[in-house]
Amino acid sequence: MTATLEKPAAAVETRRKRIVASPGAWLVWGAVAFFFVNLAGVIGSVVVNSFGERWFDTWLPSGWTTQWYASAWNEFGLFPILVVTLEVALLVVAISVLVGVPASYVLARRSFPGRRLVYLLFLLPILMPPITYGIPLATVLYKYGLAGHLAGVVLANLVPSIPFVILTMTPFIEQIDPAVERAARMCGARTWQVFLRILSPLLVPGILAASILVLVRTVGMFELTFLTAGPDSQTLVVALYYSMSAAGIRAQQSVDAMAVMYTASMLVLLVVALRFVNPTQLVARVKEDPD
Amino acid sequence: MTTFSELRLDGVRRRFGGKDALAGLSLTIRRGEFIALLGPSGCGKSTALNCLAGLLPLTEGSIWQDGDRLDTLPPERRGFGMVFQSYALFPHLSVRKNISFGLQMRRLPRDEVRRRTDEAIKLVRLEEHARKLPGQLSGGQQQRVAIARAVVLEPSLVLMDEPLSNLDAKLRLEMRTEIRRLHQSLGLTTVYVTHDQEEALSLADRLVVLRDGRVEQIGTPEELHNRPANRHVADFMGYRNLVPMRVKAVHGDTVALDGSGLTLEGTPVGPVAAGDEVVAGIRPEDLRAGPHGVPVTVEVVEYQGRELAVEARTEEGVALFLRAAERPAPGDRITVTAAPSRVLVFGAGTR
Amino acid sequence: MTRAALRHRLAERGIDRQLLLLAPALACVLALFVYPFAYGIGLSFQPAEGGVLGAYRTFFTDAYQRDTIATTLGLALPAAILNVAASVPIAYRMRGRFRGKRLLTTVLVVPITLGTVLTAEGLLNYLGPTGWFNRTLISVGLTDAPVRLTNNYWGVFFSLVITGFPFAFLLILSYLSGIDPTLDRAAATLGAPWWQRFRRITLPLLAPGLATTFCLTFVLAFSVFPSAVLVGDPAGETRVISIAAYHAAYEVYDYPLGSAIAVIMGLVELAVVAVVLGLRSLLYTGSTGGKG
Repeated sequence: MTATLEKPAAAVETRRKRIVASPGAWLVWGAVAFFFVNLAGVIGSVVVNSFGERWFDTWLPSGWTTQWYASAWNEFGLFPILVVTLEVALLVVAISVLVGVPASYVLARRSFPGRRLVYLLFLLPILMPPITYGIPLATVLYKYGLAGHLAGVVLANLVPSIPFVILTMTPFIEQIDPAVERAARMCGARTWQVFLRILSPLLVPGILAASILVLVRTVGMFELTFLTAGPDSQTLVVALYYSMSAAGIRAQQSVDAMAVMYTASMLVLLVVALRFVNPTQLVARVKEDPD
Repeated sequence: MTTFSELRLDGVRRRFGGKDALAGLSLTIRRGEFIALLGPSGCGKSTALNCLAGLLPLTEGSIWQDGDRLDTLPPERRGFGMVFQSYALFPHLSVRKNISFGLQMRRLPRDEVRRRTDEAIKLVRLEEHARKLPGQLSGGQQQRVAIARAVVLEPSLVLMDEPLSNLDAKLRLEMRTEIRRLHQSLGLTTVYVTHDQEEALSLADRLVVLRDGRVEQIGTPEELHNRPANRHVADFMGYRNLVPMRVKAVHGDTVALDGSGLTLEGTPVGPVAAGDEVVAGIRPEDLRAGPHGVPVTVEVVEYQGRELAVEARTEEGVALFLRAAERPAPGDRITVTAAPSRVLVFGAGTR
Repeated sequence: MTRAALRHRLAERGIDRQLLLLAPALACVLALFVYPFAYGIGLSFQPAEGGVLGAYRTFFTDAYQRDTIATTLGLALPAAILNVAASVPIAYRMRGRFRGKRLLTTVLVVPITLGTVLTAEGLLNYLGPTGWFNRTLISVGLTDAPVRLTNNYWGVFFSLVITGFPFAFLLILSYLSGIDPTLDRAAATLGAPWWQRFRRITLPLLAPGLATTFCLTFVLAFSVFPSAVLVGDPAGETRVISIAAYHAAYEVYDYPLGSAIAVIMGLVELAVVAVVLGLRSLLYTGSTGGKG
C-alpha cells in the first residue's frame, strides 16, 4: 500500500527538482565533489607516498617500491603493535558488552527513581572530550600502578565504550515488545530460559552492531590510549602518532606505509561494520534522550 | 493437565504509585466458564488479568485454586495460558516452534511435543504455514498462532487480553466465533478482557463490568443488557440516551417523569420517590418515532441498512438518539415515544 | 513493617533485584569516570604553591596558558558552525532516494574512522608546499608561490572539517529522513513554494536536531589534540587547551595544574553545550511525524 503510494510521489519530486532548482543543485553537488576530491587527495597522497621511491617537487614519485612496508614492519615492530591493538579492542568489546547490555536492559524496560540521573551519568563520558577525563584518569591509574600496561589501556577505553554500548542497545531493546517476554513466562519459561531462548537470539543483531562500533572506536581512539599506554601497550594509532611526531628520525615514506596499513585495517573493519549497520547509525553515537 | 473446580479471587487489589488500579476484586470462576472483564481503558481490567497471570504482584488479597493459594507463585508455575493484545509471538521462531515452546519448557518427551504441536496447528488450521516466521503471516493468522500457543498446554485457565482489537472488522467477527468454538470444543476456562461490549455480550457466560478499578456489576449477558445496575453500566451497554429528569409520581412498578423537554413513564432501578432528580436511560432502538408522544426536532439522519438513525433535539435543547423506519428530513418536527418497561430510571443510589 | 511488605513497597516504586543488572555498569562509570574526575578536581585545588586556587590562578594569570581557551574556541566554533551550516543544504537536497546514496553515505564514513592522526598525515602531504593542492593552484595560475596551509591554523581547521563534516552531514541526514515527507507535500498543496516550505516547515522541525548535531560536532572539534600537534603550530597559533593540559601534566609533571586545565576545559565545553541545548529547549521538540 505505502510502497505503491510512494513511488509516484518520488517521481514527481525528482522531476520538480530538475526543472526548478538547477543552480542550487549545481552548487550542492559542486561542494560535495570538491570535498571528495580533496578527501581523495588527502588519502591518495599518503598511499602514493608509501609506494614511492623518491618524491620531491613533482606530481608523482620518481619510482615505485614496496620497501617502505617491509621497513615499517621491521623498524616499528608492527606485529606486536597489531597484536596489542587487537587484544585491547577485543577485551574492550567483550567487557563493555557484558557490562553494558544488562544495564541497557534495565534502562529500556524499567522506570525507577533516579533513572534520568543514571542516564545522564552514562551520557557524560560520551559528551566530554576524552582529554578532560583522560588526564585525571591516567593520574589515578598511575597511582594504582595500572597504567603503562594493557590493563590500564583497556580500563581507560572502557570509559566511553560502556556508555556507548548502553546508548546504542537501549533503543534497540526498547523496540522489542516486552509482551514477548511475558508470553514466554506464561509458556512456563524460567527467568534464565527467557533470557537464553527468547531475549538472546533477539538481541544478537544489536549486540553485533554495538560490538563492531565499539571495535572501530577503540582502534581509532587516540587520546585515552595515548595517555595510559606504556612502551609495550601502544596501539596502532599511538605508534603512528609517535613515529610522526618524531619526524626526521624515520623516513616519511615508512610512516606513510604504516598509515596505509592502519587505514586498510580500519577499512576492513568498516566494510564489516557496514554489513550490519546503517552509516547514519555509525555516526549517531548519542541517541536522543528517551524521555 | 491440572484442572480445578473453581478459582477464587479474594479482594484482589493493586496499587500503582498510591492510586488504586484495581480496588478489591472478588470473583469466583467455575470450571468451563467464559468470563469477560469489560470496561473502558484504564478501568483496571488488564491489571486484573495481569494479577491473575502472575505478571503483576498483588498489593492485597489472594487468589485460590480450589484449596491452593496461587498468588505467591511466579507466572511460569501457575499453569495458565495467555493470549496477548500484540500477540507477542517470538519473532525469531517459526510458527511450529512458537507453538511447541511451552511444551519444551515443560520438558515433555519429544514424541508428545510433536504430536500435541501437530494437533494444535491443525486445530487453528495453519498446517501450510507451520514453517513460516510470524512476520510472514497476516494479522488473523498471527492471532491463531497466539491462541494455539496458549491452548496447546491444555492450561487450566486461558487469559485473553483484548485479542481481537488489532484486527479489522470482518476478521474480528470471524475470530470471535473461532474463540467461542475453541472454548466449547476444548472445554477451556477463559477470562477475556475487552472494551467492546458487543464482543463481551456475544462471547461470555458472565460479564464483570469494571470502572475506575471497581466492580460495577457482575452478571449474565441478559442481566447486564436488560437490567444494568447503574447509569455507568447502562452507558456501557448501549443506553445512549441518558437524560436528567424529575420523578412526578410513583404508580406501583412504574414512575412518571418529566424534564429536559420530555414527559415519559419508566421502570425504576432501585428505590425512587416523587420529586427525586433521576437519570432516564433509553436505548436508541427503544425510542421510536410514532404518531403520539413528545415533539422533537430532527437534526441529523444516518442511513444504517434496515433502519435510520436519527439525532433530534427536544424543546429544551437536549440531544436524543432514536431509530425511525421512514426518513425524516432535518428540521422536521416529529413525535417520539418509548415503552415504560424500556425506560430505566436511575435514582440517587444508582446514578 | 515486615521485610516482605517493605520489599513490596519498594517494588511498587520500581525498585527490586532486577536493578542489580545496572550495578556493574554503574560501578565502572563511578570508578573510572566519576572518581578520577573528582580526584582530578581535588588535585586541582592542591597545587605545590599558591594556596587552594593556585593552579587556577597560574592558568588565568599566564597569558600563554589563558589564551588557549580563545585559541580552542577560535578553532572549534567556526569548524562546527561550518560543518553544520554546509550540511543542511546538502542533506536537504539529498534527503530523497536516489541511486548511489548508500555509496555516498558509506564513503562519507571513511574520514570519520580514519581519525585525526591519519588525516593529519594526509594533510601534511596533500596541502604541503609541494603537495598536489599547491601544485594544482600554481599550474592553474591562481598563485605564484605555494600557499602555506600546514603547520598553522588552516591545517588544523581543514582536519576538523574533514573529520567533522561527514559526521554532521550523516546526523542531519538521519534527522531529515525522520521528518514525515507528507508534511512537505501538505505544505505544497497549501501553495507554499519550496523555500517557504523549507523555512516554515522543515527548518523548525529540524532545529532541535541541528542543535544536537552542533553540540556533538563541537565536542569533537573542541577535543582536538593530535592534529593540533601534527598539522598545526603546537607552540603558537594552534596551542589548544588540550595541549596545555597534556603539557602541564606529562611534560612538566605539574598534575594539579594539568587537572585544573582539564577541569577548565570541561567547564568551557559544557558551557557552550548548555547554551546551545538551552536554546534548543525553547524550540519545538516533539514528534516530527516520521519514523524514528
